[in-house]
Amino acid sequence: MYAFEIERPATIADAVAALQGDDAQALGGGQTLIPTLKARLAMPAKLVSLSGIGEMQGVCHSDDGALCIGGATTHATVATEAAAHYPALAALAAHIGDPAVRNRGTIGGSLANNDPSACYPAAALGSGAVIITNTRSIPADDYFQGMFTTALEDGEVITEVRLPVPETANYQKFVQPASRFALVGVFVAKFPDGVRVAVTGASENGVFRWTEAEAALSADFSAGALAGLGVSPDGMIADLHGSSAYRAHLVAVMTKRAVNAC
Amino acid sequence: MPKDTGIGASTKRREDVRFLTGRGKYTDDIQTYGECAAVFARSTVANGVIKSIDTSAAAAMPGVLAVFTGEDFADVGGNPAGWLINSRNGEPMKEPKRPVLAHGKVRHVGDAYAAVIAETVQQARDAVEAITVDIEELPALINMKDALAADHYVHDEIGTNQCFDWGWIEDNRAATDEAIRNAHHVTTLELVNNRLVPNAMEPRCSIGHYNPGTDEYMLHTTSQNPHLTRLLISAFVMGIPENKLTVIAPDVGGGFGSKIYHYGEEALVLAAAKKLGRSVKWTAERTESFLTDAHGRDHVTKIELALDADGKFLAFRTETLANVGAYLSNFSTATPTFLHGTLMAGNYTVPLVYVNVKAVFTNTAPVDAYRGAGRPEATYSIERVIDKAARELGMDPIALRRKNFVKPDQYPFTSAAGLEYDSGNYDALMDQMEKIADVAGFAERRKASEAKGLLRGFGVNAYIEACGIAPSNLVGVLGSRVGLYDAATVRVNATGNLSVMVGAHSHGQGHETVFPQVVAEMLGIDPQSIDIVHGDTSKIPFGMGTYGSRSLAVCGSAVVRATEKIIAKAKKIAAHMLEAADTDIELKDGVFSVAGTDKSVSFGEVALKAYIPHNFPLEDLEPGLEETAFYDPANFTYPSGAYCCEVEVDPETGKVRVDRMTAVDDFGNVINPMVVTGQVHGGLGQGIGQALVESTTYDENGQLLSASYMDYTMPRADDLPFYTVDHSKGNPCTHNPLGVKGCGEAGAIGSPPTVVNAVIDALQSGGMNVTHIDMPMTPHRVWSAMQG
Repeated sequence: MYAFEIERPATIADAVAALQGDDAQALGGGQTLIPTLKARLAMPAKLVSLSGIGEMQGVCHSDDGALCIGGATTHATVATEAAAHYPALAALAAHIGDPAVRNRGTIGGSLANNDPSACYPAAALGSGAVIITNTRSIPADDYFQGMFTTALEDGEVITEVRLPVPETANYQKFVQPASRFALVGVFVAKFPDGVRVAVTGASENGVFRWTEAEAALSADFSAGALAGLGVSPDGMIADLHGSSAYRAHLVAVMTKRAVNAC
Repeated sequence: MPKDTGIGASTKRREDVRFLTGRGKYTDDIQTYGECAAVFARSTVANGVIKSIDTSAAAAMPGVLAVFTGEDFADVGGNPAGWLINSRNGEPMKEPKRPVLAHGKVRHVGDAYAAVIAETVQQARDAVEAITVDIEELPALINMKDALAADHYVHDEIGTNQCFDWGWIEDNRAATDEAIRNAHHVTTLELVNNRLVPNAMEPRCSIGHYNPGTDEYMLHTTSQNPHLTRLLISAFVMGIPENKLTVIAPDVGGGFGSKIYHYGEEALVLAAAKKLGRSVKWTAERTESFLTDAHGRDHVTKIELALDADGKFLAFRTETLANVGAYLSNFSTATPTFLHGTLMAGNYTVPLVYVNVKAVFTNTAPVDAYRGAGRPEATYSIERVIDKAARELGMDPIALRRKNFVKPDQYPFTSAAGLEYDSGNYDALMDQMEKIADVAGFAERRKASEAKGLLRGFGVNAYIEACGIAPSNLVGVLGSRVGLYDAATVRVNATGNLSVMVGAHSHGQGHETVFPQVVAEMLGIDPQSIDIVHGDTSKIPFGMGTYGSRSLAVCGSAVVRATEKIIAKAKKIAAHMLEAADTDIELKDGVFSVAGTDKSVSFGEVALKAYIPHNFPLEDLEPGLEETAFYDPANFTYPSGAYCCEVEVDPETGKVRVDRMTAVDDFGNVINPMVVTGQVHGGLGQGIGQALVESTTYDENGQLLSASYMDYTMPRADDLPFYTVDHSKGNPCTHNPLGVKGCGEAGAIGSPPTVVNAVIDALQSGGMNVTHIDMPMTPHRVWSAMQG
């Protein structure tokens, strides 16, 4: 780790101001950034910790019934406080990393990082969430722009995530055996106006919607409706843990299992 | 009613009080006044010529005290291989120098070419980044077959990438070929025994100290055998007289073999301490552990099994390429040869065995002994090919093994690979396994799995290993450059408690609990009055450390011998006190008495008398009560076992789940059943890890792709089943005083083929014609195999 300054603002406004400096970097739960710093793979001049900002903490409901989660809310808190209202989301949060990760890592940090194998992007895209920042609201469909790439501007902070609550939903994660990130993770959510299917871990472009499956499931919400459907191995990740063909195969398997579990 | 003390009691591990409450003292916990830090500059390429190193900027950085490069060690010795192997043509193996720091060439990613000593780790790290090095990258030699065919070399000076071409037993080669040519049936299997990273929980750490006032050196280090480390540093690498060098291995957090060896970092911190007159500490980061700890396994083998029409084994023949990595680590040449080839007859009466091993240099981390060391490789090859043969012949895999087992009336049995097995009963182990694993109930469980859409497989394995390493006279004939005895000193203090100094080193095994159980049993005293001292060359007799499941069989036997001397001496003292002849003195329950009388003295009274020798007949009886014994075994010990497991394979994903695992082992006599069970559990975890998840993967350029826990999979609790472990069917070792055999490696030896056999069985039950999958059987590999 190289030396750096650190600020711990108490308000969103102070955090945004602190992030204006050169080489300033927002620090959420630090579950990616801290290991990166320890390996000397990044050298920000200043870290701005978001974990002390009260207005970015916690889980509540909006008037339209959406679940509103503060950007600095930990996975462990989501796992507990969302359980009654959005069990599929709570279950997803409860299976990210290990207890230490869940007690530090935050939803805003995960979405800002947009690791192509992270779980939360699948939930956000699968739920049709809205990512709320200090300056604007970004629909999930516009937010995710490829591996580690999002619509966020420099210095922009995710203050809240609003997730419409589906009639039913399920997340199936087939873990990469070493990291326990998703080798393939599929989030299926059934809303009154249709089904959304979001896939993480698989694509070189990060989380994506499997629209063909969405159409089939919107017409007939059953595993049988997926028969014969599949995603192309083209553009799927190939690494030590699985070929692109294997990942493409798992997308179909995990989607079917998610539907069956709904 | 189980015993609650002494031999046979499941005494709780006393060392766990400090380990489990954070009070262990590991090398990195030791802090010395004025201590400074070493950080190494390591190669990022696998193969390259060092054109120049400019350390001037680094030397001028804040806090920097010294910078070393390979040039500084050009005149000191190399770190040697401990075992000389001769090739089939009689030529000795190639032994290129292994320097303290790379000099002239870097040979694997992680190879250290410079080191910075600074006031703090941060300053040293900053300075390492300021070193300017010009390395001309050369094509990396990674794959062993490619390396053997290449016209460029890991070590240019030897002009080949082959270390040796070894045959065992060479005189049987022609007969084995003949038997295979004429056999009714020959089963052939090509397999890979996957390379493993040891992953000790505690990374390597070394602290060098030097006292200019006495010209004495001290090394704190993470070692499984401090005396061997001292010997290597003194006699080969640095020339420090042994009497001027103390090596201390305090609490050590796991080794699995990787901490047997002397590493260059140990020499560097000593040299730096001498130069600076300050203590110098180096602690490996986890990435350094991945890149530079000696790895394990990494064999590519073709094995053939010849059988007659009745299923009797006629011959085993193997061709193995064994990766030794970029340099010869201390035991690296023994592991694929005498710890592997000599076991290639397994538990069987097969009359002919021929093993060919070519050891190959590559641009990868050195490979050396890792839990089991050669014996897992032998067992895996044998037990996989037997399983394949059973399928090809339509025979039951258990029946085929039983047909060829050595029978109880055949001991001592000289195997076709040249070892003399002293005791065993493989059928009895198999009987017990079939019973406690409910093998008969497998068919019903398979139906239940199939109802869930899962394929259930049953896998079985029988193993034998040679441990209690090792008889010095035998290993000397086979090329070992060291003796493999061990030593113990039993010191009875005046107040009647005992310090037992042992040459074995506990890095998790439980010696502090188990050795006192032995001494307490012999003396009839409370084990809590006995403490073990180990790991410090200034306190303990010259022992050979812990590896090869040797601690109890070899060092424990030395403890027995030293305690026998204590008893003999104590009887003389008691005889003097009781005015009787020492031949009339009996020891029972800690009391010395004159046979046939009520005259007695307690052990404590004798101890006190030994140090207050008023009226001693000094011409016949020395004061004091302290004895040392060196013990060199007459033979290896031969634990054996029958293992089975059941797996469920998810046909949609290829995911394997081990549902149940049964290990029945013959460890001879058992001193502490709970500790033995724990050792078996650990070995099973590592074996299942090798079988299912652990993959050490270099790319074609020699970059280690699995160099962190993000990509190197360690087995976790949810990867492992509850184990059924049984060691009630022991046949005592016939040649050591405790009748013990050794249990540390068994689980890692017996489990990998068991799991693979079970997965193959599962896939075949699903109608898939899959006859082999290389380890680790990750979901992707299993799924790919299922696709045909």
